Amino acid sequence: MLNKQIFSGRGLRERGNWRALVLVVFTLLAVGGIILSLTKGALSISLHEIIAAIFSDNAGPSRQVIWNIRLPRTLVGALVGINLALAGAILQGVMKNPLADPHIIGISSGAGLAGVTIMVLFPHQEYLVTPIAFVGAMASAVFIYILAWKGGIRPVRIILAGVAVSAFLNSGISALMVFYSDRVHGALMWMVGGLSARSWPHLDIILPYTVVGGILALLGARRLNLLNLGDDIARGLGLNVEVSRIAMTAVAALLAASAVSVVGLLGFVGLIVPHAARLLVGSDYRYLLPASAILGVAVVTLSDTLARVAFSPIEIPVGIIMAFIGAPFFLYLLRRDA
Amino acid sequence: MSIMQTENLELAFDGKAVLKKLTIPVEKGQIISILGPNGSGKSTLLKALSGNLKPDKGSVYLDGRNLAQLSAKVIARKMAVLPQSPEAPKDLTVRDLVEYGRYPHQSWWQGKSQEDDQCVDWALVQTGLLDMSSRIVSTLSGGERQRVWIAMALAQKPEILLLDEPTTYLDISHQLEIMELLAEFNQEHNITVVMVLHDINHAAKYSDCVVILHQGEVCAIGKPEDVITSHTLRTVFGVESEIMMDNGGRPVVMITGLTKRRGQIK
Repeated sequence: MLNKQIFSGRGLRERGNWRALVLVVFTLLAVGGIILSLTKGALSISLHEIIAAIFSDNAGPSRQVIWNIRLPRTLVGALVGINLALAGAILQGVMKNPLADPHIIGISSGAGLAGVTIMVLFPHQEYLVTPIAFVGAMASAVFIYILAWKGGIRPVRIILAGVAVSAFLNSGISALMVFYSDRVHGALMWMVGGLSARSWPHLDIILPYTVVGGILALLGARRLNLLNLGDDIARGLGLNVEVSRIAMTAVAALLAASAVSVVGLLGFVGLIVPHAARLLVGSDYRYLLPASAILGVAVVTLSDTLARVAFSPIEIPVGIIMAFIGAPFFLYLLRRDA
Repeated sequence: MSIMQTENLELAFDGKAVLKKLTIPVEKGQIISILGPNGSGKSTLLKALSGNLKPDKGSVYLDGRNLAQLSAKVIARKMAVLPQSPEAPKDLTVRDLVEYGRYPHQSWWQGKSQEDDQCVDWALVQTGLLDMSSRIVSTLSGGERQRVWIAMALAQKPEILLLDEPTTYLDISHQLEIMELLAEFNQEHNITVVMVLHDINHAAKYSDCVVILHQGEVCAIGKPEDVITSHTLRTVFGVESEIMMDNGGRPVVMITGLTKRRGQIK
């Protein structure tokens, strides 16, 4: 167990090298995932053709496929990976709870009920799914925060309020699906989460959140580190604990809501990617946040490629692939570290 | 001159008064110990002094300024706080943890300065941890871990150090080691120490001033030899005791038994 040896008493420099190594490996995985996602699919396209299509005007036969389908889809997938992984990493720190993820603060159930409502009741207004889901996600996050507020915020109250509100909203989703069982297919796909037919407009929606949210998350890294020392210590070191907690939760909510409203309720990334990253680079958020973001890109792009190729010509939602492969891998990491 | 002062400090939980009109001066450069039975309000008083709990009535003054009106960072540059049995993330090294002590002196746009590194080194040397600085905190023994937390507090370069039962869970030699360390910082660097203690003899041996709390009120305050008496121990703790004086003129307490049987104490 290489990381264990290094963490348990050898030099700081070795640990720095180890972190750098992990980041390099994650980056290679992410780049590999992006390349595979661009090249593999119903039509196999060589890397050379892709580069030619992106950087020159030569209208080759595969140019349409790349520009209109593969490239935007891959980029949306990458950004979704970043957003959900960052949101999960932040929430696990803020709540000091290993099970905290975008579900916990109501993002998923809020987006879910809003999105499914549109899909089922107003199937001709599908373009409204993304904005309404975003509003639903943020509304339920704010609602949970208000419910949990009692002269300040205690993480355990948020988590309990989140569980209750999510159960309430999810029952609404179930009710819709029961009443309109003839229309649930699209809604079901969206509940699982998928990148099918995601294109440039979706990228435009999510990109600003990734940029702003990513920067704010990195600026908050030291605050997250302090919060992990416990409220009393953090306050004693001069951190405004309440303000930091609200601010970082808000950043996580924006990151997750923008991702979920675009691709549906991709559950797995926000929970397990940050844990996997933490097991490998440690709990210092200055390293954990970038590592989670990069690993998020790798996991989503690789899974989406597999989702397209594995049962070709049938495409399955990426959410299924991700949980199916990721969960056992995560259990392996967990066992190995214990 | 008082570096800290509480004035008519009142604090209640769920309508039940825990601190009742406490007015306690903390003199600069002294070691002040807070003693009292369980539930007497010791920890609550310390949390009010640190700003972790807001008083319901009355105020806490730090250098003559109302604590409630100072920002957390300004407070943290003057005062370091060590709660009872703090816990660090599992993979932090000693140096990582001590570096957090510099947080109140850093701004978010700049990284570590040379001064930060010097302060961390100094804190590690003072606590005898320099050789262990790349060890993982969670693998250390209880006494070593407590020294790491104290080193973190020292790296803050505070004028006041607040500690809540710094010797709990330690064996007797490590308890003394922590007490000696605190006495040394107090003498050599003029750091004012305010701490909650359980051990009356430790308080008697190391403190300049002892505050005895009883049901949220100050039962006695002053020099150990004036305050720690058989009479006080009987009324506050419900124990019988014999008190001797050591060579330095400080009281040494030998508890001889309960005043009444447990069930009868009111």
